[in-house]
Amino acid sequence: MKFTLSWLKDHLETDATLNEICERLTAIGLEVEDVDDKAAYKPFVIARVLSAEKHPEADRLKVLMVDAGPEVNGGKPVQIVCGAPNARAGLVGALARPGTYVPGIDVTLAVGKIRGVESHGMMCSEKELNLSEDHTGIIDLPADAPVGASFAAYAGLDDPIIEINLTPNRPDCTSIHGIARDLAAAGLGTLKPHAKPSFKTEGETPVGLKIILDDERLCPGFGLRLVRGVKNGPSPVWMQQRLKAIGLRPINALVDITNYMTFDRGRPMHVFDAAKVKGDLIVRRALEGETVLALDTREYKLNPGNVVIADDNGVESIGGIMGGEHSGCDEKTVDVLIESALWDPINIAKSGRALGIITDARYRFERGADPEYMVPGLDRTTELVLELCGGTAAEARVVGYKGYEPKVVDFPFSEVKRLTGLEVSPEESREILTRLGFTVEGSGERVSVKVPSWRPDIDGKADLVEEVMRIHGVDQIKPEAIERLAAVNGRILTMLQVRTRLAKRTLASRGMLEAVTWSFIPEDQAKLFGGGSNSLKLANPIAADMSDMRPSLLPGLLTAAQRNADKGFGDVAIFEVSGTYENATPEGQRRVAGGVRRGTASLNGSGRLWSNAAKGGGKPVDVFDAKADALAVVEACGLPMSNIQIEKGAPAWYHPGRSGTIKMGPKVVLGYFGEFHPKTLGALDVSGALCGFEVFLDAMPDPKKKASRTKPALDLSPFQAVKRDYAFVVASDVEAGAIVKAAVTADRKLITGVNVFDVFEGTSLGEGRKSVAIEVLIQPVERTLTDEDFEALTAKIVANVEKTTGGMLRA
Amino acid sequence: MSDLENLKTSLLAEIAGAGDEAAIEAVRVAALGKKGSVSELLKTLGTMSPEERQTRGAAINALKNEITDAITDRKTVLKDAAIEARLKAETVDVSLPVRSSPAERGRIHPISQIVDEITAIFGDMGFSIAEGPDVETDYYNFTALNFPEGHPAREMHDTFFFQPDENGERKVLRTHTSPVQIRTMEAQKPPIRIIIPGKTYRQDSDATHSPMFHQVEGLVVDRKSHVGNMRWILEEFCKAFFEVDSVTMRFRPSFFPFTEPSFEVDIQCDRSGPIVKFGEGTDWMEILGCGMVHPNVLRSGGLDPDEFQGFAWGMGLDRIAMLKYGMPDLRDFFNADVRWMNHYGFRPLDMPTLFGGLSA
Repeated sequence: MKFTLSWLKDHLETDATLNEICERLTAIGLEVEDVDDKAAYKPFVIARVLSAEKHPEADRLKVLMVDAGPEVNGGKPVQIVCGAPNARAGLVGALARPGTYVPGIDVTLAVGKIRGVESHGMMCSEKELNLSEDHTGIIDLPADAPVGASFAAYAGLDDPIIEINLTPNRPDCTSIHGIARDLAAAGLGTLKPHAKPSFKTEGETPVGLKIILDDERLCPGFGLRLVRGVKNGPSPVWMQQRLKAIGLRPINALVDITNYMTFDRGRPMHVFDAAKVKGDLIVRRALEGETVLALDTREYKLNPGNVVIADDNGVESIGGIMGGEHSGCDEKTVDVLIESALWDPINIAKSGRALGIITDARYRFERGADPEYMVPGLDRTTELVLELCGGTAAEARVVGYKGYEPKVVDFPFSEVKRLTGLEVSPEESREILTRLGFTVEGSGERVSVKVPSWRPDIDGKADLVEEVMRIHGVDQIKPEAIERLAAVNGRILTMLQVRTRLAKRTLASRGMLEAVTWSFIPEDQAKLFGGGSNSLKLANPIAADMSDMRPSLLPGLLTAAQRNADKGFGDVAIFEVSGTYENATPEGQRRVAGGVRRGTASLNGSGRLWSNAAKGGGKPVDVFDAKADALAVVEACGLPMSNIQIEKGAPAWYHPGRSGTIKMGPKVVLGYFGEFHPKTLGALDVSGALCGFEVFLDAMPDPKKKASRTKPALDLSPFQAVKRDYAFVVASDVEAGAIVKAAVTADRKLITGVNVFDVFEGTSLGEGRKSVAIEVLIQPVERTLTDEDFEALTAKIVANVEKTTGGMLRA
Repeated sequence: MSDLENLKTSLLAEIAGAGDEAAIEAVRVAALGKKGSVSELLKTLGTMSPEERQTRGAAINALKNEITDAITDRKTVLKDAAIEARLKAETVDVSLPVRSSPAERGRIHPISQIVDEITAIFGDMGFSIAEGPDVETDYYNFTALNFPEGHPAREMHDTFFFQPDENGERKVLRTHTSPVQIRTMEAQKPPIRIIIPGKTYRQDSDATHSPMFHQVEGLVVDRKSHVGNMRWILEEFCKAFFEVDSVTMRFRPSFFPFTEPSFEVDIQCDRSGPIVKFGEGTDWMEILGCGMVHPNVLRSGGLDPDEFQGFAWGMGLDRIAMLKYGMPDLRDFFNADVRWMNHYGFRPLDMPTLFGGLSA
């Protein structure tokens, strides 16, 4: 919402400075977004060209002697070199002296010398002053323009422009009058009373008017008046200047008056050329497929959701949104029909959005125009038309309007203190509300407050508290500490939140970088990872490749890894702990820790290092890097590793032979890890050594509640622990895990751990055979073991492995 | 006595000539071993007369002691020399590089770090962390939050919609974290003190807007909390978060459907340089929106607005991250560029706490 200072002062009697006004506007909730104080135009003065001689050295240039009044150059003429074709003796124009910034050419003037002749300034064109695009000559003012006076003041360019960022709840402040009312209530002056429009009327408005609607809320009132015999030329300069200042293009007096009313009083008006209206005007729903050529010269296709004003020609106007081109007013208009109507805010908002039309009328009607100003607005507009265009007004025709029944709010003044902490006396509260136009009835602490017709946003007590508070002053509210709930606050995170943090910090401490990738991914990628269902498809994605809620973190991470590789960073380890989406319910949103390693980005680091041979690294990442990451998350989240099983294979996007599933019990899937299926990588258009994992944090069961924080007593065996190595030859498809399990279960009491330290496949073992070497950790608990004890244990281990895997102790 | 002198001279020469520990051991055995030259002499002591023992015996013992000491000394010298030689042989080029610690290489995304910072601050004030789904119903995202159907305020949110389901219901991607206010009130009775960090979505994209972004929102509901308390909380938060001794904040009346009265809050700062500085300067920057929970929102949460009251506030997580840590472009947050993550990310062991400081 834009307005000029002088325009505001039409409504507000005040001595306040521009600065004070702006500060107060912001303080009462009408946030000033921009102020143009027009200081840039101050240095330009009106000057008369006394003589214009040809430049001695240039055919196209002239040397002017210019009189800029007694204040400039001690009253002596100023010499200026000028190239404008219209420069001539006697011309009165706008002079800029050296030191002046000329906005249109973005130059600060200095004394110049042009082909040997000094120039002490510049006579400006409209373009140079940013007034128009006209650069064919210098400004040519009427001969009686006051020489020496401020050009800006003369041309009406010194009126500061204020732009406020209006919140959608304040239709009353879509009018300059309403803004003035707020400022007056805030003590910044007095609201100027406006005389009731007075003019004579002759006869009735001859056009029939009907509202034919199934829902009367769609158009709760319609006023129409004919003015005969108008002359529709340009509007007066003062009106044009104000409209231009706020960014509107003057068109003709009738149209300008409606625009003026829109901003001056927040009352959108419409004018029909009566000669072009055929038959009665009917307010009705549009027919399906009906079209109208609107004032913006675009054709709109309508439907019954839109309310229109129609006559025998068809649709003449889209009610409350935009008039039609056909019955619009131009210079030939002699008889004009002035419309002042009320529309349903919700329907205006819906229609405007559906049609894609943004107008000043829609802006006001969708917020709610003052119903009580419908008829006075028609009168005021009529008055302006008579004043500026002449003519004779007929009696207005008003249909549908049932009057305004004010909302009444039962208001205890103590609400102000309860909600804001402010101490405002009941007297002051009453006074503030009254100044804002509320009617306060009753006395004492609890009153009835009637809401004025221009404040549809006020519904209840809290709204009135806001009114009192913002006018009293929000800056008066002092900070006040809240009570602590406990001297020392306990744990505040849920188990899932704790695990989310642990997963992030664990993966980062494994050298991975945390990424945040888009929740929406391309449809084909979603489908590739088991998603793409209709319920998770956006109807209005911001881009075609951001259309589907992701079923997995992996496509985002894999493509991110590739993007980095394309920039020359091929060894990347990235992870994300965030949501994936199985369905559109709250439970369908999973909490997943996922990661991808590419190139040689293993735990130890990436790339080659002199010590690689000894310390690993430099090798392409593989399934085991991903497995280690995944298990690190599971372990960090506090799950007992003894309950975790690894099963071969994972969903289709993984490499079937180089992937695994992490399970807890037969049912709970905690995650997947592995290398990826070549087809998946191909479809994602990614390449290189890649492995990844996903761990489902929300699938992890809560740990059992412990009765005590005390840890179980530590039982240390006094006997020396020993290690024994065994190698088994088994069929190639036997899993090492099975051998480990068989060894561990051989004697659960003595065997505390089993590690696989070598896997060997060679022709010496025979086709389809491999050797798996394990190290068994033995902790005697009762006594030091004898050779016989070890032999017995070995026999048990070998027998168990043989029984479960068919493996033989390697000779 | 000359036989003893001769023996001593020759033994001392042998000792001095022993070049390594094996040689000196050989000398020791030859002299002091069972059948060593000195041991043989000692054996003769038993056959000597008392007089002889006093003179020759004492001399033999002195020889033994002298030789023993000499061998010990020589052994020490040889041992030291051997260690010296070994050390020399084992010397390496310590300027060769080693792998960095994975914990030094890894990074936490600024969003996660900021959430931890906020959690540390508000956790101390008795708040817990609430979360909710990204895919929301129209009811939780709008209606329950007092956005009437068709109200222009709904248009302030450029909403992402899903395809209608079989019942014609059209879900949305939540446009703010406020649906969690309702979900919390439904699940928990006052007093409520929660912080709601999370992803939010709007159909908007430029340097300061992204179709996906993060908000953090706070909610207090009890029987007495008012605007003054809210002001205190927000000022204390800003001081703690931006790690400055004082902040000046300006509350401006504003409008949000879910609060009444509503405010936008500006923070005084210095924007003259490339980095925004808080606690100084004369500029204002809008930093958050807040207000008293609207009576209709309390009702949506099943609470009587005449009995319960409270306030809520919300701000852009990405935005305050940018303000504190200086990232210039929001879109980079979601690009997963390793250079950006390395530069703006945080080390995994730099955990924000009140006792250790929020940031290093």
